[in-house]
Amino acid sequence: MNFKKQLREGLLTQNPVLVQLLGMCSTLAITTSLFNGLGMGISVLVILTCSNVVISLLRKVIPSKIRIAAYIVIIAGFVTMVDLLMQAFLPDLSNSLGVFIPLIVVNCIILGRAEAFASKNTVAASAVDGVTQGLGYLAALVVMCIVRELLGNGTFGSGVLSADGARIIAEPYPALMMILPVGGFLTLGCLIAFAQWLVKKLNDKEAAAK
Amino acid sequence: MNVTKLISIALGAILVNNFILVQFLGICPFMGVSKKMDTALGMGFAVTFVMGIASAATWLINEYLLLPLGLAYMQTVAFILVIAALVQLVEMFLQKMVPALYQALGIYLPLITTNCAVLGVALLNVQNHYNFIESVVYGVTGGLGFLVAICLFASIRERVEDCDCPKSFEGFPIALISAGLLALAFMGFSGLRIF
Repeated sequence: MNFKKQLREGLLTQNPVLVQLLGMCSTLAITTSLFNGLGMGISVLVILTCSNVVISLLRKVIPSKIRIAAYIVIIAGFVTMVDLLMQAFLPDLSNSLGVFIPLIVVNCIILGRAEAFASKNTVAASAVDGVTQGLGYLAALVVMCIVRELLGNGTFGSGVLSADGARIIAEPYPALMMILPVGGFLTLGCLIAFAQWLVKKLNDKEAAAK
Repeated sequence: MNVTKLISIALGAILVNNFILVQFLGICPFMGVSKKMDTALGMGFAVTFVMGIASAATWLINEYLLLPLGLAYMQTVAFILVIAALVQLVEMFLQKMVPALYQALGIYLPLITTNCAVLGVALLNVQNHYNFIESVVYGVTGGLGFLVAICLFASIRERVEDCDCPKSFEGFPIALISAGLLALAFMGFSGLRIF
């Protein structure tokens, strides 16, 4: 039961990107194609789950004065592992995500969950929290990618379905602007506005039901 | 010393490849502390200061410690530790020696540790094979680019506060859209070349 509640929180009511407004840099920067979005989302999901588990295991050992430094070292360790594995097995993805893979270290989502959840809860709960919050991040990235790729490039799923993806909007019409930095800000702005509207509506409904 | 190259690095970091609006590094403080002009200025100067010092320190660590020992794969871990220690050190130094500046920067100093522009500049210096001077110039001018963007954005936001906008767009979403328009303006610099 608890898993279901945490999943709902991660995906919508406490979505790390859309509601808690964490981890903006990578969300804006790499969401230009579905391939990048999936790669980044899954990397963060894995790192978040692993670091949540380890931090939760060590929560009674780490002195509270140096906890932030300790968390950063643990997170940086996992990030380095993912970075090296990706360079070895998925060099294309590693090239297109570039500096944003090592920058997961300073992604506020991971440090935020470590401080707010993993340092206070059991290992199992922290693992579930890592998975659900990671899925929320992944979902937000995938939506961003689909919108931006469709409007900016006119395709769907390039790099995932096939090398160029399925073309939906014919050649001269897509607005290139949407895959440039401008499009990132505009899409995320609209998406957060939509999420706020949806969360408010759900809350109203729950309040009315009571 | 190739001055043209330094100027082009500087121009690139401030305008053409602005850290925030083009490369998306350091969005969290950009959105978080840009509600008022004076806090934005404080944050901008603090980031510029730390980015300059961090570029120098991480370049030295990388060149004289990590590379000779064959530990290049430890870059991320080493850099973030250096930056965290550096921020702490700068904070202590300022508190003791320049209390006026310390008061002005206040709570923004510790926050800079998790600013991805700082770790970003350290990693980009390595990636671009910059030498010591170039790294420092890139760090400082990257920080200045941050300062320019956050000040422009703060003054836009102060005005947007007073406007009517759809209910669900209030607050953060409308700020993001204003940032988008600012990024659109910065795209105008993208053709700028100096040589």
